[in-house]
Amino acid sequence: MDTLEDQIAQWRSFVAQGPALDDADVEELEEHLRKQVADLRTAGLTADEAFLVGVKRMGDLDALSHEFAREHSGRLWKQLVLCGDGSSEQSSNGSLDALIFGVAAAVVVVLARLIAGFSDDLPVWLLRNASLLVLPLLAGFFARHRQLTGRTWVLTAALFVAAAIPVNLYPYQEASGTELLVALHLPIVLWFIVACPYMGGSLRSAERRMDFVRFTGEWFIYYVLIALGGGVLMGLTTAILEPTGLFDTERFIEWVLPSGAAGAVIIAAWLVETKQRVVENIAPVLTMLFTPLFAVMLTGAAIVYAATGLSAAFDRELLGIFDALLVVVLGLVLYGMSARDPSQNPNWMDRIQLVAVVAALALNVLVLATMLARIGELGFTPNRVAALGLNLVLLVNLSGAAWFSIRFLKGHVTLHSLERWQTGYLPVFALWAVTVVIILPPLFAFR
Amino acid sequence: MRIEKDLVAAAATPLVLAILSEGESYGYAILERVRELSDGELTWSDGMLYPLLHRLQRFGYVTTQWRTPTQGRRRRYYTITTEGTAALAEHQRQWVTVARTLQGVWRGPDALPFALGRA
Repeated sequence: MDTLEDQIAQWRSFVAQGPALDDADVEELEEHLRKQVADLRTAGLTADEAFLVGVKRMGDLDALSHEFAREHSGRLWKQLVLCGDGSSEQSSNGSLDALIFGVAAAVVVVLARLIAGFSDDLPVWLLRNASLLVLPLLAGFFARHRQLTGRTWVLTAALFVAAAIPVNLYPYQEASGTELLVALHLPIVLWFIVACPYMGGSLRSAERRMDFVRFTGEWFIYYVLIALGGGVLMGLTTAILEPTGLFDTERFIEWVLPSGAAGAVIIAAWLVETKQRVVENIAPVLTMLFTPLFAVMLTGAAIVYAATGLSAAFDRELLGIFDALLVVVLGLVLYGMSARDPSQNPNWMDRIQLVAVVAALALNVLVLATMLARIGELGFTPNRVAALGLNLVLLVNLSGAAWFSIRFLKGHVTLHSLERWQTGYLPVFALWAVTVVIILPPLFAFR
Repeated sequence: MRIEKDLVAAAATPLVLAILSEGESYGYAILERVRELSDGELTWSDGMLYPLLHRLQRFGYVTTQWRTPTQGRRRRYYTITTEGTAALAEHQRQWVTVARTLQGVWRGPDALPFALGRA
């Protein structure tokens, strides 16, 4: 019996190597094998024979692992999207690619600033085009990394050009509000364009879209980590060199910081691709930590503002903060979902998330009502239209999320339909950002 | 007779759903039932059943529960949902259409098995 146990243990550890199989899957398969072996032994086979037949019936483990991978692509999306059928040389020249594209991004930013002529305050055209300097390189990095076909390259390039032309040809007026809105929304548009090479052209696949959401969340975490490390490095550098008197720290920071920030965009993306497992462990913990805290904060804020009313405190800045808060909630919800194991039954985290969503929804409605009153009183401005649109887009999304969450918690639907709602909604965000960038400026005569 | 791989793959989903519509079950028992129903002619490697079951779960066609039977180890039981029953009905409609179509062209001595199958 001992040897049978040993054999099963060995088989189990071998099965467990499949990256898409979690412990429960292995346990399920092991239980199956044990039952098979037991039945075969009752039929008269020896332990050895029964084990061999059972294993044989279980089938080719490579094929099995591959099938699990197809079903649970969320568990190993990085392998699937990174190098298809596991070739290791690709990830090694991936680092070179990342370095080249990262340095290119840094150099482009330096060049742009040279063209801007060392001026102390940033010219608006540079602010407006900042994302256009960096994100095409990120797209290029993915296109190269994924070894995409010429067609996807051309499509991606065409999309970037199509975004760049109106942004730079529009005759914005002096101190134009729409120009600032374009600067704010263009990165979002371009980020969605990056999705094109990221997903390797399969834009319709809900699974790939979820991968992109996951990528966005993890990219953000890596970016913040790099920014923190960079901040410490710069602080120490200035602190140690300032006393020499030869060193103009302000000038130094002014030159290094933007280029570093640009290069970090590519490096963070590369880290997400290759050092997946590190963040994969942190990210669920972070969402688990912050979702309840945000839920408490949002509920508190919703109650306070529901009691006092918004109008008194309401101004442009507060509106911006509210919108940022709602976007963060949406990010948490989306990311929490992408990091969640879809086969698990509803748990307390899902309830807390629902609380956060409902509180955010309440705040959203309050903001919307106040904003509509303001627009009725003072008329439309580009800012108000942009904020109104964002709030409406978020309102619909959060309502849908709340609706499907409730049905999910009641057991009427699976997480799958919640995911489908969110991935299906992603193009709406893209469309809204495109609207602000392309349609809003002419609508308000480039004011 | 060996049934072609693609055909087995196409039949697997409705077959598993149909077996689950007889009552909740677990992987090993489902496969036993498949063997029994098909006289061992319709088979696939045992392991492949599980990714299929997990897919059905993701679509909401089945729900699962880990339970420990009175004797033996903890195992995962699968139960069909109303959505799963609806999906099964849809599969049935499609298969009946396919069978009827094939039967239409195979009017000959060989049509018998299909006629029997429908009975």
